[in-house]
Amino acid sequence: MSNPAIEILGLTKDYPTGFFRQRVRRSLDNLTLRVEEGEIFGFLGPNGAGKTTTLKLLMGLIFPTSGIARIRGWSIDDVRMHREIGYLPEQPYFYDYLTARELLDYYARFFGFGAAERRERVGRLLECVGLAGAANLQLRKFSKGMLQRVGIAQAILHDPQVVFLDEPMSGLDPIGRREVRDIILEQKQHGRTVFFSTHILSDAEMLCDRVAVLVEGKLRGVGSPGEIVAIEVHGMEILFEGRDGRALPAELTGRAKKIGGRYRLEVPEAGLYSALEELRGCNARILSVSPVRPTLEDYFLRVAGEGHAKAVAEEVRAR
Amino acid sequence: MSAAPAVVAVNTFREAVRDRVLYNLVFFALTMIGAAIIVGQISIGIERLVIVNLGLSAISVFGLVMAVFIGVGLVSKEMEKRTLYSLLSKPVRRWEFLVGKYAGLLLTLTVNTSFMTLGLAAALFYVGRPFVRTDGSILVAVYFILLELALVTALALFFSCFSSPMLSTLFTLGIYVTGVFAKDIRDVGDLTQNPVVKATALVLYYLVPNFHNFNAIAAAAHGETVPISFVWQNTLYAVLYVTLVLLSAAAVFSRRNLK
Repeated sequence: MSNPAIEILGLTKDYPTGFFRQRVRRSLDNLTLRVEEGEIFGFLGPNGAGKTTTLKLLMGLIFPTSGIARIRGWSIDDVRMHREIGYLPEQPYFYDYLTARELLDYYARFFGFGAAERRERVGRLLECVGLAGAANLQLRKFSKGMLQRVGIAQAILHDPQVVFLDEPMSGLDPIGRREVRDIILEQKQHGRTVFFSTHILSDAEMLCDRVAVLVEGKLRGVGSPGEIVAIEVHGMEILFEGRDGRALPAELTGRAKKIGGRYRLEVPEAGLYSALEELRGCNARILSVSPVRPTLEDYFLRVAGEGHAKAVAEEVRAR
Repeated sequence: MSAAPAVVAVNTFREAVRDRVLYNLVFFALTMIGAAIIVGQISIGIERLVIVNLGLSAISVFGLVMAVFIGVGLVSKEMEKRTLYSLLSKPVRRWEFLVGKYAGLLLTLTVNTSFMTLGLAAALFYVGRPFVRTDGSILVAVYFILLELALVTALALFFSCFSSPMLSTLFTLGIYVTGVFAKDIRDVGDLTQNPVVKATALVLYYLVPNFHNFNAIAAAAHGETVPISFVWQNTLYAVLYVTLVLLSAAAVFSRRNLK
């Protein structure tokens, strides 16, 4: 059996706090996760959930209190692992005295590329992220969105097998976000694994094969966006209108939501047939019947809300 | 052997070259050497002594300022600005990054010191004094200044791995001043009867780098020859001390959690 792209086993990170550092704040709690080769994996969670901590642990920027992780079979402590990965930090910042071209050339040198190959790669990547026109501009003159593009370029400069992106859409306008989505999909087409954290749930829903939701350092759910939200499918939506412009009983329209000249009625799954009978009896034209699927955002808000409520309850109990 | 330290070193040098503050410091140092000419002209008969003394002192002081103020920011600035995040995600070991930063600053200091030495030679040439064989001691003095700067840079880098630039500056300058008076500290230990003071003086003497031995400015000003054995002794001492400090810095930095 081949190695998974990312394998995380019981990863935990505690930070000492307080003046004498005798107290401990758990930033990541026993995270176990497996990401297969070629997947686009979304890592979701509210601020302070532990997403960036996880990425920093995987990059070897901080060290775990306990647990281990492997990327394509390489331990995260092994420097050879870094040849296999690319990383875009959250709100990236680079040497502002360098131009975009110089920065990418600098990073390319660590992979041992010759001068001609570096030139070709750097030029191609700058083109790919839409910065060819600003290639010789010092980074101190770059906007946040432009820095984000440079960050993405440096992350995929050496064709890594696993790409880690921390909030890749942050600071980008809708066109930039679309371009980043295209880059992520292109990586998948080339058989690469993309692991990215995001707050923009529509992007995760659109791009990801699977997502994980992290709240207060704990993993709250893993699966495809469809699977994750399907956990709580609980209703049917009926779209209807009056036949030939005739008015419908006020008792019925009062329960429905009016959208233009149409009505939207949400009923429990078990009550679908009786509702349809009722509508037929009122001579309403039924336009569509579809299950009410909560969005990833609904799920996210619910688990994040539960986590927040639990934290407040624990704080109150501690007092 | 990985090429990473060399790649980091060249970039560190490039950063320093593009920093305008550095040019100001070199300008001030060259101005000081220029001023030495004027002072030399009013010092009848001891022109050479005054110019060499003031010139070498300017090279030493401005080199020290650069080593400390750039050195303390070598690692902390990269951590604070988070430029290290992208860099350490590449196949670069933390010790390779440290060695690269150190070598880059040392290269910068060597280039600057060379420019300032050329300025001093120009000043000596300007006052119409022919170069003689004993002027070789000026080059030895400059070499000792470079060794001193190599030590100071290593110390600044070490402190930069775990403390703020402000504290790192204080620690580095504190050790430098103690090191300049290393010989006096040992003399105090020899003279005192108090066992605590004696032990403290002894520990300090062996612990802090002996910067006193790196001062050959007076010998160069008076045209005295510096024995070659002394040059070897200082070189070996500096190499060993720098190695120890860099190993300690690597040990601290390799387990450091980045913010």
